[in-house]
Amino acid sequence: MNEDKVLMEIERKIMGGDFQSAGDVSSELKKVLQQVGFPPSFNRRVVIAAYEAEMNVVIHAYRGVFTTKIYEDRVHIEVNDQGPGIPDLELAFQEGYSTAPPHIREMGFGAGYGLSNMRRCSDKLEIDTRVGEGTKVIMDFFLNSDK
Amino acid sequence: MTLREIKEILQAEVLTGEEFLDREPSSACGSDLLSDVLAFTKENSVLLTGLTNSQVIRTAEMSDIIGVIFVRGKRPDNYAIELATIKKIPLLATRLPMYESCGRLYLRGLRGCSEL
Ligand SMILES: Nc1ncnc2c1ncn2[C@@H]1O[C@H](COP(=O)(O)OP(=O)(O)OP(=O)(O)O)[C@@H](O)[C@H]1O
Ligand SMILES: [Mg+2]
Repeated sequence: MNEDKVLMEIERKIMGGDFQSAGDVSSELKKVLQQVGFPPSFNRRVVIAAYEAEMNVVIHAYRGVFTTKIYEDRVHIEVNDQGPGIPDLELAFQEGYSTAPPHIREMGFGAGYGLSNMRRCSDKLEIDTRVGEGTKVIMDFFLNSDK
Repeated sequence: MTLREIKEILQAEVLTGEEFLDREPSSACGSDLLSDVLAFTKENSVLLTGLTNSQVIRTAEMSDIIGVIFVRGKRPDNYAIELATIKKIPLLATRLPMYESCGRLYLRGLRGCSEL
């Protein structure tokens, strides 16, 4: 991996079920990325993927920690949650598959697009999940990619 | 077409962001599914929706959506309006249902996100 230096590191907590604060972490990240001066189209795909990951913790898990490392030419995000984990990852990635309960669907979530959206927006996506323990989502975004 | 013209066409009320009505969206998206919006809208578009919770505003913020129109007489909650004001996202509310709202705007030349 690159050994370039980290311009900024942000670590924030996410609470499962807290829909009032949901999105605050991604919103702060957007502001920081704008200040760093990355192009809007790059920021947009980072922030959309970040928000999907943040919402998955709020909706599906109990609590999580969201860490971002910003480099000169890339952004690295890790979202580590304590929660039920994902029993079948391949199924979870299928568009339209969702276990979101009715009250979540009423809010407009639960289309089952989040994970594939994260894959589409990021340059690298890795998920490490353990049933009954939790899920770790790792995403990388490269400034010079053609996405 | 500016947001001000959209306001006229949909006989809409401005809930916040009167000062941003000169913005000119390049496309529009009508949806009640937030992940759909996140996956398929383009930047600089307007969103028409029947959802009223504050995550609509978050979704608009993340997707660089420049205005949100609430259809069929729906009203966002106060926190959503507050958040939109902070994020400088103008909010309009129309009594027209989703289909008619989208249809009127489309007829007047506002394209869909997949047509750009
Ligand atoms: N952090 C997580 N912890 C536990 N389960 C998860 C987590 N993230 C995703 N899942 C599981 O994977 C499924 C698919 O996730 P995905 O984000 O694609 O869709 P969704 O969250 O259900 O709906 P949407 O993202 O479209 O609002 C979820 O319904 C859930 O069962
Ligand atoms: Mg999701």
